[in-house]
Amino acid sequence: MDIVNEKYQHIPGWGMDADPENEPTYPMKNYTGDDHNRNEYERAEQQKATIELLSSKERPAISRVFGTTVPPSGCSGAIRRYAFKHSEDKMRHWIPLIIADRVQVWEGLLDDLRSGYIPNIAAERGWKVEWKYNQKGMIKKVATIAAVGLVICLFSRKKSR
Amino acid sequence: MLAMNYRGPYRVRTEQRPMPEIQHPEDAIIRVTRTCICGSDLHLYHGMVPDTRVGSTFGHEFTGIVEEVGPLVQNLKVGDQVLVPFNIACGRCNFCKQGLYGNCHEANTMSTAVGSIFGYSHTAGGFDGGQAEYVRVPYADVGPTVIPADMDPDDAVLLTDVVPTGYQAAEMAGIKKGDTVVVFGAGPIGIMAARCAWFFGPSRVIIIDQIDYRLEFAQNYAKCEAYNFKDYEDPVLFIKKITDWYGADVCIDAVGCEADGNPVQTFTGRNLMMQAGSATALQWAINSVKKGGIVSIVGVYGPPFNMIPIGNVLNKGITIRANQASVKRLLPKLIDHVQSGRLNPKELITHRVPLEEVSDAYRLFSSKLDNCIKTVLIPSTKA
Repeated sequence: MDIVNEKYQHIPGWGMDADPENEPTYPMKNYTGDDHNRNEYERAEQQKATIELLSSKERPAISRVFGTTVPPSGCSGAIRRYAFKHSEDKMRHWIPLIIADRVQVWEGLLDDLRSGYIPNIAAERGWKVEWKYNQKGMIKKVATIAAVGLVICLFSRKKSR
Repeated sequence: MLAMNYRGPYRVRTEQRPMPEIQHPEDAIIRVTRTCICGSDLHLYHGMVPDTRVGSTFGHEFTGIVEEVGPLVQNLKVGDQVLVPFNIACGRCNFCKQGLYGNCHEANTMSTAVGSIFGYSHTAGGFDGGQAEYVRVPYADVGPTVIPADMDPDDAVLLTDVVPTGYQAAEMAGIKKGDTVVVFGAGPIGIMAARCAWFFGPSRVIIIDQIDYRLEFAQNYAKCEAYNFKDYEDPVLFIKKITDWYGADVCIDAVGCEADGNPVQTFTGRNLMMQAGSATALQWAINSVKKGGIVSIVGVYGPPFNMIPIGNVLNKGITIRANQASVKRLLPKLIDHVQSGRLNPKELITHRVPLEEVSDAYRLFSSKLDNCIKTVLIPSTKA
């Protein structure tokens, strides 16, 4: 804080009305003034990066620890790499990530099949428990989907004639 | 080891995965004894959070037993029973030093807009979560807290998120004695926020939701007034009416990005994903609070943008206060509330499910079946 005080001494009245009690984030934040020291703090040892790490453009360096689960791969990985070329302010960052998430669902299905595993989609979606407690709702949902499917089917047939 | 595995929106299963390893000298490996499904996990489950990668393990509410510690860990030893705050925090950066453990700068390299959270997408750090038999816990000297010997393990697991988040919602609301508090959302967090609001001395606590069994539960558990917004054409008008046409002193958004009740918000936010989810609860909070009032947000929204009436925030002079709960900061006070019997978090638990049945547990919670309030997953290795 002293460094800051000295820096602005030439401005008449600088800081004279500052009220340390007027801290809207308290008690969430115990204001110490350390914010003005920015990045001067003792850091932990750096975790070694053993996987490909996509880091925010808004950081000067990677964080001291990080998650290593599911590194980017395949088509979704390429989309994620593109996303991380843009800052978090840009939709060019977030929209590609959402697209990559959806692409990776299909990649996941292909990976399952490639490894000889046929996913039990009904079990993964918890339909058993839905049927147990919400038969009416489930029948309604299936009937709605079937009706919409039928309409689309009839409409496309008519169009093709 | 067995772990929950995300396969895409509405699709999860359990799978055998490699054991987690110490990757940093301050890591610990925890054998999970209890782990909850959080309401915010449903945002991941529904595919609402960007960079939720297929193959990830969710779960940020868990307790466990220390199995292994890294060479620099000093405060924990093998065999300790710990509750693990959902935030991953270094304890040293300028944010942690100021008590903002939910905003640590040294645990999430993927995003600066979000702190780091176990099992909550790569946007929140890309760490595997606790819905597994074992989990890697970074900065083990900072977050994990040894569970007091006389504490019920079900209470302990709810101290990792639900209780601190509910409490901080009330704390941030700056409730004064005699105030009227309106909580939007009667999920576990909303119910806990309504219960914790009383610690600050309001005269009325009102909870708003659309699910009758949850409202009934909230009314009994949090001793508050409960109203179903479906019974009222205009919930904002209703709140004005019951607050002498003045507005609530404080409003708490405990819903987040999957709120119902406004077709435009639902369609643009949840169906088209043109905004970071549906911000109906926040819109109602802003419009229901009095001029000069406070809106406290703990409902989770994604990093992109949302449509909210920001002009009303300005013109009404509203203060918005929001954050991920700073669990570590609040734990001493909340452990005391629980141990003294003032708070009984475990009463929220309605379902206990083996980890193996994680798909059914998610569906049960997501579809709000069987009067579900809170689901705890129990790994078979817990003994």
